[in-house]
Amino acid sequence: MALYSLTLHDATDLLRTRQLSAQELTRSVLERIRTTDAQTHSYLTVCETLALSQAEAADRILAAGGATPPLCGIPIAVKDVILTKGIRSTAGSKILEHFVPPYDATVTRRLREAGAVIIGKVNCDEFAMGSSTENSAFLPSRNPWELTRVPGGSSGGSATAVAADQALAALGTDTGGSIRLPSSFCGVVGLKPTYGRVSRFGVVAYASSLDQVGPFAKDVRDCALMLQAIAGHDPQDSTSINTPVPEYQARLNQGVRGLKIGIPKEYFVEGMQPAVEAAVRQAVAEFAALGAQPVPISLPHTEYAIATYYLIATAEASSNLARYDGMKYGYRAPQTEGLVETYRRTRAQGFGDEVKRRIMLGTYVLSAGYYDAYYLKAQKVRTLIRRDFLKAFGDCDVIATPVAPTTAFRLGEKTADPLIMYLSDIFTIAVNLAGLPGLSVPCGFDENDMPIGVQLIGKPFGEDVLLQAAYAYEQTTPWHTRKPPL
Amino acid sequence: MRISREEVQRIALLARLELTSVEEAELIQHFDKMLTYVEKLNQLNTDGVEPTAHAVAVPSPLREDRVTNQADTNALLQNAPAREANFFKVPKIIE
Repeated sequence: MALYSLTLHDATDLLRTRQLSAQELTRSVLERIRTTDAQTHSYLTVCETLALSQAEAADRILAAGGATPPLCGIPIAVKDVILTKGIRSTAGSKILEHFVPPYDATVTRRLREAGAVIIGKVNCDEFAMGSSTENSAFLPSRNPWELTRVPGGSSGGSATAVAADQALAALGTDTGGSIRLPSSFCGVVGLKPTYGRVSRFGVVAYASSLDQVGPFAKDVRDCALMLQAIAGHDPQDSTSINTPVPEYQARLNQGVRGLKIGIPKEYFVEGMQPAVEAAVRQAVAEFAALGAQPVPISLPHTEYAIATYYLIATAEASSNLARYDGMKYGYRAPQTEGLVETYRRTRAQGFGDEVKRRIMLGTYVLSAGYYDAYYLKAQKVRTLIRRDFLKAFGDCDVIATPVAPTTAFRLGEKTADPLIMYLSDIFTIAVNLAGLPGLSVPCGFDENDMPIGVQLIGKPFGEDVLLQAAYAYEQTTPWHTRKPPL
Repeated sequence: MRISREEVQRIALLARLELTSVEEAELIQHFDKMLTYVEKLNQLNTDGVEPTAHAVAVPSPLREDRVTNQADTNALLQNAPAREANFFKVPKIIE
C-alpha cells in the first residue's frame, strides 16, 4: 500500500513506532499531488519546502521519544479561506490573490502545535460562496470519482485532496453545507461542528453567525482526531464557547444501542435521486440493526431554510466584505480618480459574479425601507427553524437525513441559474441556521459509482454522539474503504 | 420586474461596486427571481417571534485593556497595494 493512502490514525501508529518517518510520508503525499493534481485541481498553493522542513522537525520530535503531539508528522491540507502565516491565503478570490497573512488563524496555530505538516492550501468557491467550487476565481476543482463532475463546495479542494489521497486530512469551513456537501460528493467523512465549538479567529469571514471550521477525513476515527486538535475556546473569537471538549476518540466504541434516531419526513421529498433515498434509508436500517431506534419526526419549517439563509447570509456577507477596499491589503484598481471610484473599480475587478450578486442582495435587504421586510423577517423565521430542531430533540438523540438530493452533478450543469445551485444545499442549510453540529459519512454509491453521504445532525455540542454513531455504522459497512479511480 | 435599473444603480453605489450595463441587467433578473423566492417567508406568521441573530447567544466577553500584540509595521505593510516609508499610500480622501 502506498504511504499516501494511509489513514491518519494508521500513519500515526507507524510514525510513533518508527516504522515510517514524517519525511517519507510527506514526500509520498507531495509526489501524489504532483501526479494527480493536474486532474483534480485540489491545490492553489503547495508548500513543498515548508512541508518538508516541518516534517523534518516532526521526525526530530518522534526520534526523541516521549510524549509526541497528536498530529505529529501528519500532512494536512487547509482551505484557502483559513489564514496561514507566511503562506498565501486567497479565499479563492482575485482580490486576495497575492495576500500573505502576517498571522495564523487559531485553527492553523492549533494544527502547528499538534505537530501537523501543512502541505498546502486548497481550492474553494470565492469567499466560500458556492456549492461546486466553480466560483473559485482560479479554476474549478474536479471530482476524483469522475472528473467531469463537481466535487461540491464550497470546500471542494478539501474534499478532493482527502478523497484523492493528496492529504491525510483537511480543514474546511461550512456556512450552509460547505463541508458536508463536498464530503458526500467525494465519499469522505466531514464534520461541521456546533457554532462556537471551533474558533473562527483568522478565518476569512463570509456570514459570521453561520461560519464554522471543521475537518475532512478518510474515516470517522480520523475525523475525531482532527476535531480534537481544533476544538475549544479561544479568547480571540468572542463567539467561541467556553465549554469542555470531550475525549472524542475514547467514546467512539460506545455503539448506538438505544440511541433514538429521528427521521424527518420533510427530508425525503419528491425529486430526490432514487439511489440517494435508497442508500440513506438502507443506512437507517443498518443503524436499527445495530440497536438504534428510528423514530419519525417533523421539522415543519424546513422548506423556508434556503430563503432564510439567502437573506441572512448575504446581509452578513455584504457587511463582512466591505473591508475589501484596496487600501491596506489586497488588489487595488490602477488609474482611478477619487476615492469612491477607486473603491468601486477595485471591487468590480477584484470580485467574481457570485460574490457581487450576494453583496448586492445583502446590501439591498439591509437598506433603508427593506430591513424589516427581509432581514428581520428572516431572523424571525430562523428562530422557528431552530425551535423545530430543539423540539425534535425532545424525541430523539440524533437526526439522520440525506446530505443532498443528488450525487455530484456535472461541471456547468447548474452555473446558468444561481437559484438552482443554491437548492443543492436544501438539506444542510437549516443546520447552520440552528447552529447545530452535522456530519456526513459515506453510505453507498449510485448507478454511476458516485458516492452518497448520510447526514447525522446532533444536539448542540453533541459531536461526540455523532462520531460515535458514525463510527458504529462505518465498522459494519465498506463504503469508506473504496478509493476513486485515479 | 421587482427592481428598477435605477434602484440597482443605487444599491451598487451603497455597495461600492461599479457595474457594467450587462451586469445591471443580469442583477435585475437575479433580484426578480430571489425576491420572488424569498416571498415564501410571508406565508409564516412571525408576530411575537423573537429574531435570532446568533444560534448560540453568548454575552460579550470583557477583557483587560492591555497590549498583547507586537507592532510589526513592516509585516503589516507588506500586503499594502501602495506604501511610502512606514505608511499606507491611499488616494486623496478630501476632494
